[in-house]
Amino acid sequence: MTASKPVPIIQVEHLSKIYNAGTPGEVRALDDVTFDIHGGEFMAIMGPSGSGKSTLMNMIGCLDTPTAGRYLCDGVDVATLDAEQRAQLRLSKIGFVFQGFHLLPRMSALENVMLPLVYAGVPRGERAALAEQALAAVGLGERGRHRPSELSGGQQQRVAIARALINSPPILLADEPTGALDSRTGEEILALFKRLRDDGHTVILITHDAHVAEHADRTIHIRDGRLFDPASEVTR
Amino acid sequence: MKTTDTLGMALFALRGNWLRSILTALGVIIGIAAVIVMVSVGQGTQAELDRIMSTLGSNRLEVFPGGGRGGGVRMAAGSLPSLTTGDMEALRQEIPEIQYITANVRGGGQVVYAEKNWSSSWQGVTEDFFVINDWQLSQGEFFQPRDYSTAAKVVIIGETVRRELFGDGEAVGATVRIAQVPLTVVGVLASKGQTGWGGDADDVVMLPLDTARRRLMGAGSAAPASGTGRPAVMMPTDRVNGITIAVARAEDLGYVEEEATRLLRQRHRIQPGAEDDFAVRNISQMVATRTQTTRLMSLLLGAVATISLVVGGIGIMNIMLVSVTERIKEIGLRMAIGGGPSTVRAQFLAEAMIISLGGGLIGILIGVAGALAVGGFTDLPIALNQNVILLATAFAVATGLFFGYYPASKAARLDPIEALRQ
Ligand SMILES: Nc1ncnc2c1ncn2[C@@H]1O[C@H](COP(=O)(O)OP(=O)(O)OP(=O)(O)O)[C@@H](O)[C@H]1O
Ligand SMILES: [Mg+2]
Repeated sequence: MTASKPVPIIQVEHLSKIYNAGTPGEVRALDDVTFDIHGGEFMAIMGPSGSGKSTLMNMIGCLDTPTAGRYLCDGVDVATLDAEQRAQLRLSKIGFVFQGFHLLPRMSALENVMLPLVYAGVPRGERAALAEQALAAVGLGERGRHRPSELSGGQQQRVAIARALINSPPILLADEPTGALDSRTGEEILALFKRLRDDGHTVILITHDAHVAEHADRTIHIRDGRLFDPASEVTR
Repeated sequence: MKTTDTLGMALFALRGNWLRSILTALGVIIGIAAVIVMVSVGQGTQAELDRIMSTLGSNRLEVFPGGGRGGGVRMAAGSLPSLTTGDMEALRQEIPEIQYITANVRGGGQVVYAEKNWSSSWQGVTEDFFVINDWQLSQGEFFQPRDYSTAAKVVIIGETVRRELFGDGEAVGATVRIAQVPLTVVGVLASKGQTGWGGDADDVVMLPLDTARRRLMGAGSAAPASGTGRPAVMMPTDRVNGITIAVARAEDLGYVEEEATRLLRQRHRIQPGAEDDFAVRNISQMVATRTQTTRLMSLLLGAVATISLVVGGIGIMNIMLVSVTERIKEIGLRMAIGGGPSTVRAQFLAEAMIISLGGGLIGILIGVAGALAVGGFTDLPIALNQNVILLATAFAVATGLFFGYYPASKAARLDPIEALRQ
């Protein structure tokens, strides 16, 4: 690593997350994980179910705090930030597509997509147009008025993606974003992610599906909370 | 995040459970309504008290016949003389601190002029009466010293009586009749408006004491005889219904009160330990007695207001805590997409404030209606002004803030990842 190289947007150093530490139910969800992601990369994190992918995403998204190790987001050590500052960081830098969608049931699809704009302080009058644009980008142009309960699983997933995109965040974190989609719609979403990458966004895709991971520029593999190289089949 | 968005979100959340929101506000509604009624009655009483003190002065003593408690019920049977003009003269002589002193007898009856008549109450008074009570004349003259000593057939009438009997005509010099006795009107009192108790202060007729006693009371319309049907057989002719004392300096009031009591006990030959057959009161005591009911009511309403506001506040707190638990996933999501602890706190605080302020506004409407009803159906004085409403609003805001803060802080302290996992 030379000095001239740009600072990675995400630096994960010896990160560990242990649930229920010191009890019989102790789980090492992440175990000494180290990697970098550079700005503008489209990267996949791949691993089987229960390997620690969502845990890692929460860590990268400044939602959760590690048991050990260090995480720098855009050069800032997240451990030094308080709750208010972490929220500010999420607002300005990160868009989430959650594995469980997490749409608010009482709001229409359009209102769900608009929600981040409220916190970003975008004027009321501009929000609906932006939200409609985002819904159109995921192929849900006419479904804005419906509530999540009136939408199929795949449609809900696309609403969640639109919400993550609306603020045009520098970092997009997508946890199994194509899990509920048929292969054609899935391809469309992945193509959308590539366009975002081309526009300079950093896209981090989490999946257990090798075909999906193929679309990314680079893939890191995780198993039982540890990174490994499948070519050598040796745990790093 | 903008304030309008915070309010919009809070309203949206409350609308989702509007019945629950209204029920939660009920305690605040009742509490604020009670605050309004309480304060308006309290202020009305205070204003009345101030007015009485300023018009009647704080340097007066009233002496009534009859024992302390129960007034003259026992005495009214006519068995014992209590206060006399002799008492008045003795008080004047023995206590130099007394500046003015007057005695009065009272009665009521028809005042007749030509074909018109008007039912009023009359008072026989002595010279100092007009000074003590600060009565001015709008027409004519006061009684002359000779009128008092000769029981002259003269009368001074109040403005209401003049209007009813004479209208636009000339009153001074005319002759009116009370109980067939012709009396010449020598003066008309300047209007005083309402009395402290809400009566008409101008519906009065004044006569020299002896005129009233000698010429009217024999006629059976006088106060002492009217109740018993027995004319003043057992009553010495110098009996009076009351004595009013004014001291020059208010500091002397307590001393004069003691001295007057001592002197009257001595004159009435009351054994040590026996009860007085008269009562000496100063105006502030009378006002205090009068306002006791009001105070009791204020106290009661104050208790209702306090309890309702506390119960209402606890209700808000309870519902907000339930709401935080119910919406924990929503809170987690809002935090994940960039809502910081402060915005989450603001949103929940806004919800509590909308409940309490909304309840407060409804409570103000009910309270104003209630205060007007109290003023209309009872003789309690009420004073409604914007201060009362500001105070009630402040109570509502304080309730919302105080009881909404803990649930809002609890929401703000949630760990986003824990919240989302629920
Ligand atoms: N809050 C928690 N408490 C205890 N254990 C947990 C908790 N969250 C996750 N785990 C455990 O940590 C491990 C990693 O979980 P994680 O959710 O990161 O898996 P994943 O890779 O996202 O799986 P999937 O593909 O099924 O979503 C699992 O063994 C899980 O049981
Ligand atoms: Mg997962």
